[in-house]
Amino acid sequence: MRWSALGLVGAGLSLALVACGGTPSGTSSASGSGAAASSAAATEGGGASGSLTIWVDETRIEGFKKLGETFQTQTGVSLDVVQKPSQDIKTDFISQAPSGQGPDLIVGAHDWIGDLVTNGVISPVELGDATVGLTDTAKKAFTSGGQLMGVPYAVENIALVRNNKLATETPATFDELIAQGKQLTPEHPVVIQQGTDGDAFHLYPVQSSFGAPVFKTGENGEYTNELGMGGEPGTKFAAYVKKLADEKVISSSVGGDPAKQAFLDSKTAYIVTGPWWTPEFEKAGMDITVLPVPSAGGQPSAPFVGVQGIYLSSKTNNALTANQFLTFAAGADAQKALYESGGRMPALKSVADGITDETLQEFAKAGENGHPMPAIPAMASVWKFWGATELAIMEGNAADPAAAWNEMITNIQAAIKG
Amino acid sequence: MIDVSDLSAKPQLSHARDLSRPGFYVKLVLMGLVNAFGLYGIMTSAAQQQWWILGFLVASLIVADYVYFSKRAIPAKYLFPGVIFLIVFQVYVMGSTAFVAFTNYGDGHNDTKQVAITQISKTSDRRVENTATLPVSVIEKDGVLGFAVIRDGKAEIGTTADPLVAATDAKVSGQKVTEVPGWRVLNLAEVQQRQKEVLELRVSLSANPDDGWLRTDNATFAYVAKSALVYDQDADTFTDPEGKVYSADNSKGSFVASDGTELKPGWRVFTGLNNFTEVFKDSRLTMPFLKITAWTFAFAILSVVTTFIFGLALAVLFNDPRVKGRTFIRAIFLLPYAFPAFLSALVWRGMLVQDGGFINKVLLGNAHIGWLSEPTLAKIAILVVNLWLGFPYMFLVCTGALQAIPGELKEAGIMDGASAWKRFIHVTFPLLLVSVAPLLIASFAFNFNNFSLIYMLTGGGPNFQGTPVLIGETDLLISMVYSISFESGARQFGLASALSILIFVIVGFISWLGFRQTRKLEEVL
Repeated sequence: MRWSALGLVGAGLSLALVACGGTPSGTSSASGSGAAASSAAATEGGGASGSLTIWVDETRIEGFKKLGETFQTQTGVSLDVVQKPSQDIKTDFISQAPSGQGPDLIVGAHDWIGDLVTNGVISPVELGDATVGLTDTAKKAFTSGGQLMGVPYAVENIALVRNNKLATETPATFDELIAQGKQLTPEHPVVIQQGTDGDAFHLYPVQSSFGAPVFKTGENGEYTNELGMGGEPGTKFAAYVKKLADEKVISSSVGGDPAKQAFLDSKTAYIVTGPWWTPEFEKAGMDITVLPVPSAGGQPSAPFVGVQGIYLSSKTNNALTANQFLTFAAGADAQKALYESGGRMPALKSVADGITDETLQEFAKAGENGHPMPAIPAMASVWKFWGATELAIMEGNAADPAAAWNEMITNIQAAIKG
Repeated sequence: MIDVSDLSAKPQLSHARDLSRPGFYVKLVLMGLVNAFGLYGIMTSAAQQQWWILGFLVASLIVADYVYFSKRAIPAKYLFPGVIFLIVFQVYVMGSTAFVAFTNYGDGHNDTKQVAITQISKTSDRRVENTATLPVSVIEKDGVLGFAVIRDGKAEIGTTADPLVAATDAKVSGQKVTEVPGWRVLNLAEVQQRQKEVLELRVSLSANPDDGWLRTDNATFAYVAKSALVYDQDADTFTDPEGKVYSADNSKGSFVASDGTELKPGWRVFTGLNNFTEVFKDSRLTMPFLKITAWTFAFAILSVVTTFIFGLALAVLFNDPRVKGRTFIRAIFLLPYAFPAFLSALVWRGMLVQDGGFINKVLLGNAHIGWLSEPTLAKIAILVVNLWLGFPYMFLVCTGALQAIPGELKEAGIMDGASAWKRFIHVTFPLLLVSVAPLLIASFAFNFNNFSLIYMLTGGGPNFQGTPVLIGETDLLISMVYSISFESGARQFGLASALSILIFVIVGFISWLGFRQTRKLEEVL
């Protein structure tokens, strides 16, 4: 037990080191406006203009390394690609950027925008005419306050994946789907991953078919801060969550990996998942078809659409070179290269139209009327409450699903107001 | 204590001062290293303008040199390294926690006001919609930078001071201006070298400022931009084109308009005692907070009691020489202590899962018991897992303490005709407590803040229904702080620091009480 105390000291030490250590770039960004400071920065830049630092997660490191090589041959600027766990990139960037320690660029999902903008750590990006070539979904997702806050490069969403060996026909409603699944595979008629924290993301296609979108949308299709999942559609969905749990479609014991395994083992004919797992299914020799999630509540179901992109640090000393890289990354060559190494649907229309991969096209079709993932700063707490409430309903801890759902709406509203 | 001067009439010269012995040179090399690193640190912090760190380094270096080269400061020679570590790892950390507790440091308020103003101005200087982008070249004359653009097919140049004018004699090749008489066109490397200046360069389109200005982000094209917000330094306000005024609210740390809308980001300000009272203001939090406090005490006390009783019982049992293979069995018992606690907690979580967990499925024959989702069961599960994790420690210290109790006391007890139980209760146990009691207090303090167990095993759940933040039945105060400050929306370092200080006060008070009580135990000796 006492070793934990040592661990704390260790953490203190590393904190102290972070506070003490640092490169000269840290102060120049804070005092950037003076004439003396800017000339000093220019001489610093002389040494640093040769390279850019970018943080990426393990799934994209290869693609960005290749991209960096191409960029270097074109401009002479090298790209220093640093691998970090996906969940650390945003938080580490927010805490390091103000001290001038962070990278020039980071790669991540568009729902980080709210947090990044609130903390003032990213700069808007001006792509000029290249903006026109991006798909509307990608553009909308990366726009905040009327400005493009990063360069989108990939679009993805979840859908219903079918094992063609077990079923070849899929009914039009979710109730019928469960009935069909029960006959085929009684243990799991359909699988939607949940886990011990709940998973509102994977349940959203079902929820949206009740006409209960997470937020109401404004005139331009932009989300407002007003929740859309309250009222009768919401409580109807809450009751349906209970039903799904009773039918063994969802369970806190079936998280991501058990869900994938159940599908791989043919214990279920259907799984609701994204393009990140289909390569594994295909590698296992499965014959699969990707379909839109059937409607449960009568209205068309809409999955969340996530857009991946590159953000520019507002504290970088290499903003110009970084912008040159971003213009390059918005181009067709770069988007194609990223697609080839990452297997995600490109955000550039001209490249996306040329994709021949059938599974990806089916995913894109299933996501056509999808809702962009909300990017407001309070989203973190929305996810938590949302997942926790669905979990409580699922596990029977909330005796009255509708009451628990309404309670959640009140709590989320309070959290958004801050 | 023995006075050294009594033993030898002539005090010997310390070997660290005696030039003829190697000790002196070892000291010299070590002190040389200390000075070298110290000077390096001083120079780095001077370059970074970190005056506090610089001051600390200078002071500690001077003190170090004095202490180790002076004849007088002999006790300080032993104390100095410890004091430095104390300052760096304890005093500094506590000081900065206390400091942060009185600020609104957190998401949206993570830097100074000047940085916030710069960032707001920067993002508000944006492209005017439906304007064309112009191919741009960066030009220079006598150190002054300017843009050479092609607008409507004609070359034009301008600088910060002079708005765009036609440059009829400029040479254009393809889409770019390649030569302007009297000016030098910068190449890519030069542009990269002076990128800060290039990025800050604004060239007005005309003498009328309302027309906007040209700027570039990448030195390949320029675009027409206007500021959506104008900062007025004297009034300390931002004004948007519609005349809406955002004025600085220095108590809140952000620019706020009269209708309540805020500009992002804000900045760090002192908020007094706000962080300390925040939790007590919301009536929906009161009940859960009291429940969590009660559970935290129950958990810490029960954890200490159960692990101590179980560990002591085993220690007494395996302290008996009649038990065969004692060493081996003792080693086995230490295994749970040898695994990292958070890993064990994760493994236990896997075994306790409701559907398909090892305990329900194999041990209880496909039972459907919510070990982690039913409030009372979850609490029991936590206590059992913590017993498993914690008894080896108690077993270890009790074994050590038992072996230190003299055998004659046992014999004396037997002579007096006391039963084994009586000997244990009246002789062994009180003697044992003398050495173990401080460890029990430490164990209490540790379990009071046993964050990793709760976080890994239940995550605080099952959650309370109807609270505005996500806290649950099995949350301890420390994991509640984590939930409130980091998991429920924005990260609030100020709030987290304030609540940590409150917990520190509680734990500190109880430990102080406990240590005062243990002094009475020593009277039995």
